[in-house]
Amino acid sequence: MIRQLFKFREMLLVIIIAILLAVFSTRSPGFATPGNLANIFNDTSILIILALGQMAVILTKSIDLSVAANVAFTGMAVGMLNAAHPELPLALILVVALCIGAVLGAINGIFVWKLNIPSIVVTLGTLTIYRGMAFVLSGGAWVNAHQMTAPFLQTPRQLFLGLPILGWTAIVIVAVMHLVMSRTFLGRAIYASGGNPTAAVYAGIDVGRTRFFAFVISGTLAGLCGYLWVSRYAVAYVDIAAGFELDTVAACVIGGISTLGGIGSVAGAVLGALFLGVIKNALPVINISPFAQMAISGSVIIAAVIFNARQERRRGRIILRDRGASEQIEVAA
Amino acid sequence: MSAIPEKRLIPDRLGTSATRLFGSWEALLFAVAVLIFIANSLASPYFLNAWNLSDATFNFTEKAMVAFAMALLIIAGEIDLSVAAIIALASTAMGAAAQAGVGTPGLVAIGIGTGVGCGVVNGILVAGLRLPSIVVTIGTMSLFRGIAYIVLGDKAYGGYPGSFAYFGQGYVFWVFSFEFVLFAVLAILFAALLHATNFGRRVYAIGNNEFAARFSGIRVERIKFTLFLLTGLMSGIAAVCLTSRLGSTRPSIAQGWELEIVTMVVLGGVSILGGAGTIGGVVIAAFVMGLVTFGLGLLNVPGIVMSIFIGLLLIVTITLPVIIRQFRHRKSA
Repeated sequence: MIRQLFKFREMLLVIIIAILLAVFSTRSPGFATPGNLANIFNDTSILIILALGQMAVILTKSIDLSVAANVAFTGMAVGMLNAAHPELPLALILVVALCIGAVLGAINGIFVWKLNIPSIVVTLGTLTIYRGMAFVLSGGAWVNAHQMTAPFLQTPRQLFLGLPILGWTAIVIVAVMHLVMSRTFLGRAIYASGGNPTAAVYAGIDVGRTRFFAFVISGTLAGLCGYLWVSRYAVAYVDIAAGFELDTVAACVIGGISTLGGIGSVAGAVLGALFLGVIKNALPVINISPFAQMAISGSVIIAAVIFNARQERRRGRIILRDRGASEQIEVAA
Repeated sequence: MSAIPEKRLIPDRLGTSATRLFGSWEALLFAVAVLIFIANSLASPYFLNAWNLSDATFNFTEKAMVAFAMALLIIAGEIDLSVAAIIALASTAMGAAAQAGVGTPGLVAIGIGTGVGCGVVNGILVAGLRLPSIVVTIGTMSLFRGIAYIVLGDKAYGGYPGSFAYFGQGYVFWVFSFEFVLFAVLAILFAALLHATNFGRRVYAIGNNEFAARFSGIRVERIKFTLFLLTGLMSGIAAVCLTSRLGSTRPSIAQGWELEIVTMVVLGGVSILGGAGTIGGVVIAAFVMGLVTFGLGLLNVPGIVMSIFIGLLLIVTITLPVIIRQFRHRKSA
């Protein structure tokens, strides 16, 4: 029974994160207090949201390297909109952010769907184009805190039950994504088109269209994060979130989402993001230079890929989380 | 879903050699290169000058050296996104050695050795442990550059010995720089390796059908390992040239080059799905990209806007053949 539990990546990650927290709190007693844990969660919210979008894309056997550039462009656009028209309500700005993000995601999706171009090439291209467009849009200028309105900056910081709205946003997105992935046709289709594209086609699923919608989900969430990022750091410039796309991929890989598609869960992506968040927040506490963060996440990605490969080889390709079916496969193996 | 993949289409006649020559991707690319050359000389009065053109070659020689090895890797169906990070790490290693008073031959050996070492790491992970190369090299990309950040932080290395400057700033004769001559020699070597040896045929075989290649007695893992080693070696050589040309090392050196190198390879007509492509195409693509960026530079276009052009170039060159093929299918159907 216990061995059965350990087979679940999610359980393993929870235990590892708990051990990390315990170790770090021996170094610094304040580290594992509820207040600081809420801080870490809040700090990781944006990564969690982006990782969930990345998860949807990776599950369909694709990859979205343009998420961070999408965040930069959308963030710049809403920052400039807010600075130029302070009278616009926040709700409208949010809608604009979501729409811009969705359109940028749809552009990626169209190339993958209609022209069958490998997603890595498309998003490598759009990654530079979107960030370049942020430069063209702003002319290289920054939007600073004093140019933004109070509601734009303060809303994600409002505390509700001890957690800022930013953190609650992440929780809501996690819940919505969980429902989408487990309770809707699109969610099933996303798993199916990554797990076995040929079988998915025979089952009546349009794999290309499913990939398109996965990219739209990823783009929309990136658009939301564009606003959240600019509001959280109170500044918009061309280079915000540079290289953050790798963190989202890392969170997914650590969370046990197979880059070959079809395997992974919302809980995995969230825990993968939290793992990175805990490490990032712990580095100053245990006196390690913040410059080491990049090398650490690189090593963790490699370790996670090796670990995933071993697990996948042992377990075979289980697409549907049906208990009976998975037991049958294990018996057969 | 209706489009038949090109690989499975076997024409009943190959057409005359002349139509094949003029219809080939390389011929099209060459025409584009000539057009850009003419456009450049019309746009700027300073363009048509032997020394100016010699300066223009520095825009692509270092990237092209890595692109040759990357072309082989992509033809074999793998990819290495860590090349720019390898350059950064090799440059950092050379910088540290220069601080310790190592002479020019030692520095070159250390730079190339670091590149080979990184290539071996990638090779072991991908060929030895059979992991997907995209994720692995995303991981090693943050690991290698992360190590450079740990060593250097926000500082920079300088103080290279005077004779070390030859590799990036020296001229063999008249306007032909050492880098350009090295680029030409390497182009010939790689063309011979890919198009005139057993090794080259095996690379194509692996890219077209890895399964069949294995059954034909090709040591797939060994060849993939060699290709990663070769890519590391070329990154090391590029690091020597770049460091020598700039005369200093920062951890952000060669940032984003992996994108430009992959763009160069794909622009050169190498199929991102593997199995097709020539070194000649990559050479012409190197000239095209070098001329575009240099021409835009003469017109005072900022670097980040240039990257939009590179991104567009990548997407358009991949999209165009697909659209043409779909159009032809519709016409013949």
